Amino acid sequence: MTRLSTGGRIDRARPITLHFDGIKLAAYQGDTLASALLAHGVRIVNRSFKYHRPRGVFSAGVEEPNALVHLREGARGEPNTRATSIEAFDGLVSHSQSGWPSVRRDIGGLLGLFMRFMPAGFYYKTFIGPGRGTKAWMFFEHFIRKAASTAQPPMLDDPDSYEKVNAFCDTLVIGAGPAGLAAALAAGRSGARVILVDQDNALGGSLLDQPAGGAGDAWLQSVSDELHQLPNLRILTRTTAFGAYDGEVYGLIERVSDHLATPPEGQPRQRYWLVRARNAVLATGAIERPLVFGNNDLPGVMLASALRSYLNRYGVLCGQRVVLCTGNDSVYATACELASVGARVTVLDLRPTLPEALLAQAKAAGVAVRPGTAVVTAHGRRQIRGVSVATFDAVTGRTRGAASVLSCDVLGTSAGFTPTLHLWSQRGGRPVYDPQRLAFLPNTTAVPLMFCAGAALGEDGLHAAIANGFAQGAAACIAQNIGTLAPPALPSDGWRREALMPSAILAQTGDAAMPAFVDLQHDVKRSDIDLAHREGYVSVEHAKRYTTGGMATDQGKTSNVHILSRLAELRGTTLGDVGTTTFRPPYTPIAFGAIVGRELGPHFRPTRRSPMQDWHQAHGARFIDAGAWSRAWYYPQSGEDIRAAYLREAAHVRADVGIVDVSTLGKIAVQGPDAAEFLDRLYCNAFASLKVGRLRYGVMLRDDGFVFDDGTTARLGETEFLTSTTTANAGPVLARMEHLLQTAWRSMRVQVTSVSDQWGVIAVAGPKSRALLQTVCTVDLSAQALPNMAFVETQIGDVPVRVHRMSYSGELAYELYIPAGFAQEVWQILIDAGAKPYGTEAMGALRIEKGHVAGGELDGRTTLKDLALERLASRRKPFVGAVLRLRPKLEDLARPSLVGLEVLDRQTPLKSGALLFSGGKPISGHGDGYVTSTTWSPTLGGPIGLALLAYGQGRIGETIRCVDLLSGTNVACRVVAPCFVDPEGVRQNG
Amino acid sequence: MLRFSCPVCGLRDETEFTYGGDATLVRPAHDDTNADHWHDYVFLRDNPRGAHREYWHHVQGCRQWLVVERDTLTHAIGLVALARESRP
Repeated sequence: MTRLSTGGRIDRARPITLHFDGIKLAAYQGDTLASALLAHGVRIVNRSFKYHRPRGVFSAGVEEPNALVHLREGARGEPNTRATSIEAFDGLVSHSQSGWPSVRRDIGGLLGLFMRFMPAGFYYKTFIGPGRGTKAWMFFEHFIRKAASTAQPPMLDDPDSYEKVNAFCDTLVIGAGPAGLAAALAAGRSGARVILVDQDNALGGSLLDQPAGGAGDAWLQSVSDELHQLPNLRILTRTTAFGAYDGEVYGLIERVSDHLATPPEGQPRQRYWLVRARNAVLATGAIERPLVFGNNDLPGVMLASALRSYLNRYGVLCGQRVVLCTGNDSVYATACELASVGARVTVLDLRPTLPEALLAQAKAAGVAVRPGTAVVTAHGRRQIRGVSVATFDAVTGRTRGAASVLSCDVLGTSAGFTPTLHLWSQRGGRPVYDPQRLAFLPNTTAVPLMFCAGAALGEDGLHAAIANGFAQGAAACIAQNIGTLAPPALPSDGWRREALMPSAILAQTGDAAMPAFVDLQHDVKRSDIDLAHREGYVSVEHAKRYTTGGMATDQGKTSNVHILSRLAELRGTTLGDVGTTTFRPPYTPIAFGAIVGRELGPHFRPTRRSPMQDWHQAHGARFIDAGAWSRAWYYPQSGEDIRAAYLREAAHVRADVGIVDVSTLGKIAVQGPDAAEFLDRLYCNAFASLKVGRLRYGVMLRDDGFVFDDGTTARLGETEFLTSTTTANAGPVLARMEHLLQTAWRSMRVQVTSVSDQWGVIAVAGPKSRALLQTVCTVDLSAQALPNMAFVETQIGDVPVRVHRMSYSGELAYELYIPAGFAQEVWQILIDAGAKPYGTEAMGALRIEKGHVAGGELDGRTTLKDLALERLASRRKPFVGAVLRLRPKLEDLARPSLVGLEVLDRQTPLKSGALLFSGGKPISGHGDGYVTSTTWSPTLGGPIGLALLAYGQGRIGETIRCVDLLSGTNVACRVVAPCFVDPEGVRQNG
Repeated sequence: MLRFSCPVCGLRDETEFTYGGDATLVRPAHDDTNADHWHDYVFLRDNPRGAHREYWHHVQGCRQWLVVERDTLTHAIGLVALARESRP
């Protein structure tokens, strides 16, 4: 293999140096890592996945199954990159990612000797089947995974950034080969907004594989110039359209800086484009299929089109003695061009008779042609040294008779081309096999807003592709008066003309010593497909999963059709009957970093902050996430841990006065003439009877009769209520109200509005709360003037405040509703007046002592009866859930219901989720119920909990065991009533 | 990603909406005490292949509940209407 002194599209004025496994590779700007490896004669790039066979560069594009390398080092290291699509830059470091001690002398290669004993399903049959039910597989798996030639991802943080862009267009043209360029030009001339994307670093597609400086380049230049002048057209190169989604939404990855050593200042490594289009033109071309024969994985066996690409684009001659094997016309241009730079070229053509013109063209170029012959096996150990050639029998699709040996150092094969329909298939299109066109083709009506064009549509030859692309681009934009586009003055050789499309598998049966690989990347042999068939894998989807053919990073781009055609052959049916597997995004592998973008750490999702957040932060609060909220958890004094802090805070509330930020509660303004009737329907208890100026606690059910949410509602006026919800259900409750008002109850004159963010709320709790508040506001707060469950409006400082008298802690308590922007000011006034802050942990301890239900109990699986709230349910009016809550099973006394638990030894903490078992019963199954909330009670001086226990209310006084199987604890508790503090409510009503 | 033409806000991404279930069901009158009616409404669903009407809530937009015609096979979106203006 040598670099030619002239030719190619590389920049010979800019030499660069690359590194592969410590070898220095002299290369040029414009090379890929693969072309540099080939120019340097590096044959073995990788070891195969299962048998550790030596593998070399196979293709010149993203379909590459073999040449996977680890790119860069350290934190920028990237495994499993395809050397064929890595743009070379000076100083690029790469490593082979398999083989020990090296990829050239790999001890694992001995596995290849046992290949015949390792067919499809080998690992599962050997290591799982016999040891079923034991841990044998888990033991073996470790070694098996280690033996597989797989890559190691870097374990360091990615130093680069990624970003996301939203874009809109009328027509997205995917692929900038001849058809895509023509389509973009037609659409662009019409004035439509067009985005043209290509995964390559330049426009042109297959034209870039034509000899540089020819008629193709001139055509490309003129089209490219015109496209660049269109203001309504955006061109994105180095950009892969990897996913097509519902609603004509496309995912693209733009590799902004992958071709550079490090991203330029301020630039991301990659950019994720989400394009919303009206429609798209799919001009993704076609991928060449290889032929399958014995030892077809030897380094030096390549796709015929890749030889042309390396020659004309990179100035690399892949071999001096070239054999090409094909059944179509496409390789002849390659053969003649290779011969013109001095290679000795032989074409083995499966077809017994060939057109005279073709033979004359070959003869003139000095290319030897052997009609009616084919490769039987390739020879060589670390790379190809020669091929066995025999007569090809078009009837059987196999070679027959004696073989002669032809020496060579590279072999290119072509069985035809497969239209690249991944994106079309992702949208639900099922390609149909066309026996005339010898390809799976799109049924053009299946995905109405995706227009396939050019080779992707099965168009054959350059001129046809351009004409078709232009027409499809015009159709996408319903374009008129857009002129014409003349094709370049190049021959338009088709590959389909009089082509043969056998199964492409030339290997004869019973030749186990010479394995024939249908899928190179996953080491799937022809014999593995045969085995799957014998074992009854009829569905192509099952056969794929059993053999793992078509899986891994290349997703079978060069192997899928082989598997299908072999299955068809075995079943005695046609390719069309076998059908295809389904493609899913991404078309080529994409980096997680690009999907994540900047949504990392605290930017993963928005954080909701209370209007008093700054005060909490400034005063050393520790925070806890509660949904999207970050809430003040506790306020440690010097040396305090969480337990010491919350016990102090809670005890202070019971003895004195504390304040807690409860702004996170959902708050909904319910307004309108029918507001009272609306709440009456929604809540299980009555609201129409609520007097203006009063508060009422309410519980709402779901339609199925389970408890949905609870909260307190204030009647601000005859037609105006302010309803509060739990923090977690603020959104769902509002959505539910809107649903009912806009669907079934649309005649009700009610408006609901979220005012959660408009009000800051401070709970003031403790026996001294009234005295404290009375020092900061002038309104009369005496029990006569403001009884429990009433509110009054006043001012604190200059701030208008509504004082709701209500209690969550069980103490004399108030909630202050303050315009959000002034909440922190009022908080500071209360602190200055002597109140101590307490956090959500102390608040939780207080509410558990009081037996109030919260998230642990309101888990969507509990009824009013379960929660001992049955007394709330109105018997006089219908309400949501009223009918289905009375289902007999929900009335069963055996359902776990709310009780309190006191730990007998007054020391051992309880665990939420622990199961409850009666004293003498064995510990098995689900027990009689479970613990829902736990805390250390500052009042009782010991651990307590709330629990749901079968026949709970009838078991007060019983001793029960709380068993947590995860931590292995077993705690004896006494069952008590769920309210531990002031059950008569003297304090809160005082 | 599905995209819906919200009658208020125009063509918007699915991510702005939440799914709200089968829109072909008729909710029993709020004072209906027949348990069978409620059982059928709450628990029984058809699973049609093809055209379907369903509720979507434009929760990150105008907060209107919409009735969307969606083909469950192809995800093609048909008529989108405000729930309050569509036939019950």
